[in-house]
Amino acid sequence: MIAVFFSYFALMSIAAAVMTVALKNPVHCGLALLALLLHVSGFFVLLNAEFLWAVQVIVYAGAILVLYLFVLMLLNLKTDERYFHSTYLYFLTPAVLGSLYVIYLLLHSPFAGAKGDAPVVAVLQDGDTAAIGIKMFSDYLLQFEIVGVFLLGAIIGAIVLAKTPKPLNLRKD
Amino acid sequence: MLPLSAYVAVSAILFVIGLLGVLIRRNFIIVLMSVEIMLNAANINLVAFSHYLESMAGQLVALFIIAIAAGEAAIGLAIIIVVFRGKLSTNVDEMNLLKW
Repeated sequence: MIAVFFSYFALMSIAAAVMTVALKNPVHCGLALLALLLHVSGFFVLLNAEFLWAVQVIVYAGAILVLYLFVLMLLNLKTDERYFHSTYLYFLTPAVLGSLYVIYLLLHSPFAGAKGDAPVVAVLQDGDTAAIGIKMFSDYLLQFEIVGVFLLGAIIGAIVLAKTPKPLNLRKD
Repeated sequence: MLPLSAYVAVSAILFVIGLLGVLIRRNFIIVLMSVEIMLNAANINLVAFSHYLESMAGQLVALFIIAIAAGEAAIGLAIIIVVFRGKLSTNVDEMNLLKW
């Protein structure tokens, strides 16, 4: 059953990513990105990460994507852009071959390591949200505060950048 | 139980697609969207390893990545608006003011 859902999410997210990169109209690209984000959130459910699923749907699909669509509608972009820069064709074949090699290596290497302190049974007992909360406000408290300061700086920076510039009041005296 | 490499392979494919989008597309907004694809690929990787190695650290780092992606989108789109006001274009080829 998990394999069926996994293959559905994998196929749909890869198709949506290809459409995001390949479609001509930027609004269609944004909608394909929405499909990609929702299918990626499906992976999180398969991996027992329900809190991240909710954050992905609310923050990514709800806030970030709406921001992109707002700016797209605001700018009313033309769609007559070129796809390929002439020199990029020389890089494309090595890039595709290299990525196929990386995928081959990934499929053939064993991923094993020291197990952590959060086995699936213990996480499922109180739920993923409780486990994340306890970990975040004990071991990762400093990083949490840093992210808060970072977001404050990003808000102020975005407002300052996007503000309509006032014409300079040149005094004539 | 699926092998971990299945998730890692999907994440690698998504990352390569996003990288190609950054290299190929000329529209600055689509370039930012491709960066979001790459961040999502990294998130899948982190959560998959967090599940299979039974540690909570991967999910927490994925949460921080989502927060940083939000900040990056806000700043990037503000820069796009500033540039668009001066040039009436979002083509990355025309943004060469800081090039020497």
